[in-house]
Amino acid sequence: MNDQILPIGKDNDGKSIPKFLWSELKPRGKWLTPFNIISIPVICIGLVIIVIRFWKGLGAVTNLSQEVPWGLWIGFDVVTGVAFAGGAYVVTFMVYILNQQKYHSIVRVTVLNGFLAYVFYAGALLLDLGRPWNVINPIIGNNFGTSSVLFLVAWHFMLYMIAELIEFSPAIAEWLGARGARKILSGLTIGAVIFGITLSTLHQSGLGALYLMAKDKIHPLWYSEFIPILFLASSVFAGLSMVIFEGTISHKVFFDQISEKNHKAQEGIVHGLAKICAGAMFAYFFLQLLVFIHDKNWQYLNTPMGYWFLMEMIGFVILPMMLYFYSYRTNNQLLIRIAAILTMLGVILNRLNVTVIGFRWDAAVRYVPTIMEIVVTMTVIFIEIWVFRWIINRMPVLRESPEWAKKEN
Amino acid sequence: MSIDRRHFLKIIGLAGASLAIGKSFGAESEKKGEVEFKAMLYDSSQCVGCQACEKACAAAHQLPEPKDEPKVGIIRKTSETQRSAINIFNTSKGEVFNKTQCMHCNEPACAAACLTQAMYKTKEGPVIWRGDKCMGCRYCMVSCPFDVPKFEYHSSNPIIQKCDLCYDRIIKGQIPSCAEACTAGAVIFGTRRGLIAEARKRIAKSPKDFYEDIYGENEAGGTSNLYLSSVPFNEVGFKTNLQNTSYPALSKGFLYTVPSVFVLLPPLLLGIHEATKNKPSNSEENE
Repeated sequence: MNDQILPIGKDNDGKSIPKFLWSELKPRGKWLTPFNIISIPVICIGLVIIVIRFWKGLGAVTNLSQEVPWGLWIGFDVVTGVAFAGGAYVVTFMVYILNQQKYHSIVRVTVLNGFLAYVFYAGALLLDLGRPWNVINPIIGNNFGTSSVLFLVAWHFMLYMIAELIEFSPAIAEWLGARGARKILSGLTIGAVIFGITLSTLHQSGLGALYLMAKDKIHPLWYSEFIPILFLASSVFAGLSMVIFEGTISHKVFFDQISEKNHKAQEGIVHGLAKICAGAMFAYFFLQLLVFIHDKNWQYLNTPMGYWFLMEMIGFVILPMMLYFYSYRTNNQLLIRIAAILTMLGVILNRLNVTVIGFRWDAAVRYVPTIMEIVVTMTVIFIEIWVFRWIINRMPVLRESPEWAKKEN
Repeated sequence: MSIDRRHFLKIIGLAGASLAIGKSFGAESEKKGEVEFKAMLYDSSQCVGCQACEKACAAAHQLPEPKDEPKVGIIRKTSETQRSAINIFNTSKGEVFNKTQCMHCNEPACAAACLTQAMYKTKEGPVIWRGDKCMGCRYCMVSCPFDVPKFEYHSSNPIIQKCDLCYDRIIKGQIPSCAEACTAGAVIFGTRRGLIAEARKRIAKSPKDFYEDIYGENEAGGTSNLYLSSVPFNEVGFKTNLQNTSYPALSKGFLYTVPSVFVLLPPLLLGIHEATKNKPSNSEENE
């Protein structure tokens, strides 16, 4: 990629692009931050586990079995991670399709978050593949398994990553000082956004549709033919809650990067997102209620799994929904953040209930992830945050675009 | 070429006539090219539990010979080193044997799940696994209602192990090794249609000795492995709550919406984009 941009970019304080990239690769700022102290050892251990996994097979590090072939790496990393990446398609929809310019300042960081989530969670998928060298087969047509929901999801992951990269690419061009490239790439944004939203609606629901054939294996309270729609609806507030959560942290950690104007705008943005979350959660809850009544699931309520279901619905759907409503009415910023965290916990709970906890819920030996599976999951998340931080510190994501780029708009 | 009314009616009439008689033509030509699904019938009333089928299966597929014997109270499962297993159950009619292996569904969930068609329903009936295509995602295992595909968790180059109805032997005109090895006549090989007729005949002949249903006739939309038993099938370890329609049908509805969304959503989004574009920014009031 660097070679392509080389002839256009001449704006890096007179440095050549390779030299510029080399200087940018070096770490900046303090080394011994609390985050680094925790994440570096975890990443080191995680990488060792990954080596063992490829050397000795999946069974050496995971608790997966013939009955439960998909565990934490799919249920959490992929299915839950992609739900949290849903913020990108919702925010680009609001900004580029509905032209809500109010949210423009969070587009880049949300798209970056979404893009990295897909890169790393699709990466996590590679760890879970038994024969990863064949991963290219559905792309090159060996063979096209078009009857498979996973085929759709795989293609969509790949295409959506490209769409998000295009959406984010003007920031890269501004960083490299590539004026010509920026102009071309900015022109592609609206196309990429429309394509990206279409892909997102299909694969957010597609992740739920993956489990449609596992009808006899998932607890009836979580299995219904409406899983795809429920997954799509919940990805809206899952993604936006993540945007609120990430924004809260970014505004603290990267305080000096964000302009005065955007700091002030943040409250209004969070306030607006809270309202959308409340509405989306109400729609989601209503859908869940319809499904519950439609499937005549009353008999399961007075069982341990029934209590678990009620806890998810009341504690992590209704409660955060009310909190969002209330905090929106009173504009209580702290309460909005609490609602966002509760919502995120609820989405994690929901996805795990479908994919792990409710899957083979009646089995004699239940699947419980090993410590090693959890460490690898944390490794993936930590490396993602490292890359995120590296990009934020270098490219105009949170901070303002350079003057020349602003003039072109 | 212009088509006048008379000409048009003529064509319609011809088309209608050919549609009406086309059925019988079509059926005949279909029969010539059609390959009937091959199948196996396991009649538990004939089985003596000698495990000859298991041993022949292991030998035919270079797998270790099973050492353990069927025992009441213990369920021997198929595994990544064993494609077929005989079990014995204490039932309402005494001890009854049962054999498990891949059911070879008419519309297999595993093949519909496979994004590379590594799991593949051959036109002869067997569902086979093709290692050069498989990426080891194990979605077939998630989808299979019978939990048949087994994965080598302790290998860096894992394969999916499952019965393939000895596909390599079938296309050479031979019969599966387990059916060949069975001297008791409990495992017989034939066409699916023929074996269902045979099973019905056996039930009709001695209705007291057999449970009334053939397991696999309707389960999961019908399978190529069919079972006769003297007792209801839940007593011999089979799932009897499976749906009688095919499992791939469960995700068909979702997959059919994909093209519509792809065609309809982008223009809609573009339309909204254009409609909202030129307005002065009034975002403050909107939210």
